[in-house]
Amino acid sequence: MLLRQNFIIILVFFGMVLCGLIYLNNNQCRCNQKIKEQGIINGGTDETIHPRKSRCNQQISEQGITNLEWKQNTFGLRSSPGLLYKQQSALVGSRTDVASVTSWSAPIIWEGTFDSTLIDSIYKQQNLTIATTAFALGKYVRFVKDFLESAEQHYFVGFRVNYYLFTDQPELVPEVKMGENHSLTVLKVQSLNRWQDISMSRMEKLEKLIESELASEANYIFCLDIDTKFYGHWGVESLGRLVGVIHPWLYDTSRDRFTYERSPKSQAYIPAGEGDYYYAGAAFGGSLEDVHHLTKTCREQMSIDAANSIEAVWQEESHLNKYFLLNKPSKLLSPEYMWRDINASAAQIKIVRFTNVPKNYAEVRPNP
Amino acid sequence: MTMRLRHIFHFFLLGMFVGLSLSGLIYWVITSIWFGNHLTGNLGRTDVASVTPWLAPIVWEGTFDSTVIDSIYKQQNITVATTVFALGKYTRFLRDFLESAEEHYFVGFRVHYYLFTDQPDEVPNVKLGQERYLTVKKLPSMNRWQDISMSRMEILEKLIKNELASEADYIFCLDVDTKFIGRWSVESLGRLVGVIHPWFFNAPRFIFTYERRPESQAYIPAGEGDYYFTGAAFGGSLKDVHHLTKTCQEQMNIDIANSIEAIWHEESHLNKYFLYNKPSKLLSPEYLWRDISMSSGYVKIIRFSHVAKNNAEVRPNL
Repeated sequence: MLLRQNFIIILVFFGMVLCGLIYLNNNQCRCNQKIKEQGIINGGTDETIHPRKSRCNQQISEQGITNLEWKQNTFGLRSSPGLLYKQQSALVGSRTDVASVTSWSAPIIWEGTFDSTLIDSIYKQQNLTIATTAFALGKYVRFVKDFLESAEQHYFVGFRVNYYLFTDQPELVPEVKMGENHSLTVLKVQSLNRWQDISMSRMEKLEKLIESELASEANYIFCLDIDTKFYGHWGVESLGRLVGVIHPWLYDTSRDRFTYERSPKSQAYIPAGEGDYYYAGAAFGGSLEDVHHLTKTCREQMSIDAANSIEAVWQEESHLNKYFLLNKPSKLLSPEYMWRDINASAAQIKIVRFTNVPKNYAEVRPNP
Repeated sequence: MTMRLRHIFHFFLLGMFVGLSLSGLIYWVITSIWFGNHLTGNLGRTDVASVTPWLAPIVWEGTFDSTVIDSIYKQQNITVATTVFALGKYTRFLRDFLESAEEHYFVGFRVHYYLFTDQPDEVPNVKLGQERYLTVKKLPSMNRWQDISMSRMEILEKLIKNELASEADYIFCLDVDTKFIGRWSVESLGRLVGVIHPWFFNAPRFIFTYERRPESQAYIPAGEGDYYFTGAAFGGSLKDVHHLTKTCQEQMNIDIANSIEAIWHEESHLNKYFLYNKPSKLLSPEYLWRDISMSSGYVKIIRFSHVAKNNAEVRPNL
């Protein structure tokens, strides 16, 4: 009798200790991470990423020194005297249903978190050029008209925008009337047989485009999917050194549900317990220098994967997410900036700015 | 075993069982909060604004994760220059300022204090940590505390231009009649950083004590203004703070030539500067509080605060 009672007590005690250990284990999700802040990028040391040893000190950094001359972004957020706008309290956040800043103090842009009058007037003083890229290969060329026409209505209206459209059928690119200060450059590329290859090859093309043409011409760049359309304002509130867009299907889930690449064999591997957000591959941007580093890194990682005969579960989006984990974006755009469908709605989305358009995959993709 | 002992034993077992269930419940509650490492789950602070209308973050306790932020900046090998002025009787504040800074201010990072004083021998001997440096610079005494306050802009401009440009990554300019009582570290870094004044964070803009006379260069008309910033703490990158100090000093010289002195001296000029050159980051009044003994619901942690002093006693003039 005595023995049995003692046994029960021991069992109960053991259970409590076990609970405590699990609690402490959850407490240890830490990883040294790198951020691109406003200021100087320090090229770090070259370290290959060991997937198993993923706890601390990961760095993806540039190999060698680039000799590109970047167009300088004028410093300061200058505002003009006499500009009138509502006072914003230090105590009352404009949105209380969403987070407007990340844990590393990068703003998350939702409707209501910024004042467009003020922000537009600040950036108008900076004489900016925004490069914008899109890829329309094979049957995807049918999306170009809506994309460009809606962009002319909503995207950086009043600012200088240079579109760069990559296509394998330049003759099918429709004639779209561009506003003043907007230009379109069509670049011919080779056709590809797999949509996954088309998607992934964008990184290399973007890297080369930035190197060869844009470096001294544009201040910022955005890389967008073409099977999309603008329905609302997308303006200078989205500008920053490194900008990621939160995926519209994964903004309200726990990180263990994120569709990160989970195989340690891939360079895009992110272990369970790590991750801040799931970013969409359909839209990202930032300063030329930072996006160049991003595209270069992703391209390198994908080459390593290809050599090892592995393809990440969501292609370059998986590599993008790995990059953003270790190189924190300086600004995040809410899913208003890349939404599911114009007819879909969600409580937190007060305005749909840019969204996927419905399409029949079997019909438009070169392969299933 | 007697009946009584058995009862005690059973009671003990019941207690253990309840304890176990309770800890299991608490554990589950905590981990389910932690599952929400994303937007709508983990909101940080909902009782304050964490971003300005031009998308500069406002730093409050709860809006940043110190582990993440520290590890990010540790990889950058930064140097933070920190200036402070202690003239006349204000040297008495130095010991507390420096000792508390060694405990709370950018702990673990390289800090170089630049201390301006007219009595270098009054500077106390404070033990500094590793990678923490102190340079004492001698200044002539001045008769008016307003002049002491305002002259800081010119001195800072020269310091940055002549000495700091290649030495430090960031600079903070702080008042000396203050003390650190909480963490002030890399979450405060940015290109141009202003601190919201502890007496005006809850006030409508017409109450802000901006300079209201159009004759002064610091004039801000009614209807304009975002926040009221304190002159006791500001900072940023070397380049931006140099531009700030240079502009304020030029504006103050124009005012002197026109025989006008702004109502709150260089603080008025600072506010004018910040209105038209928006800070890239704001620090909440946690970063310069009214007094250690005062509290306010919004300020969950006091990091840096004025210390009580008898103005008549320490100031050279009224």
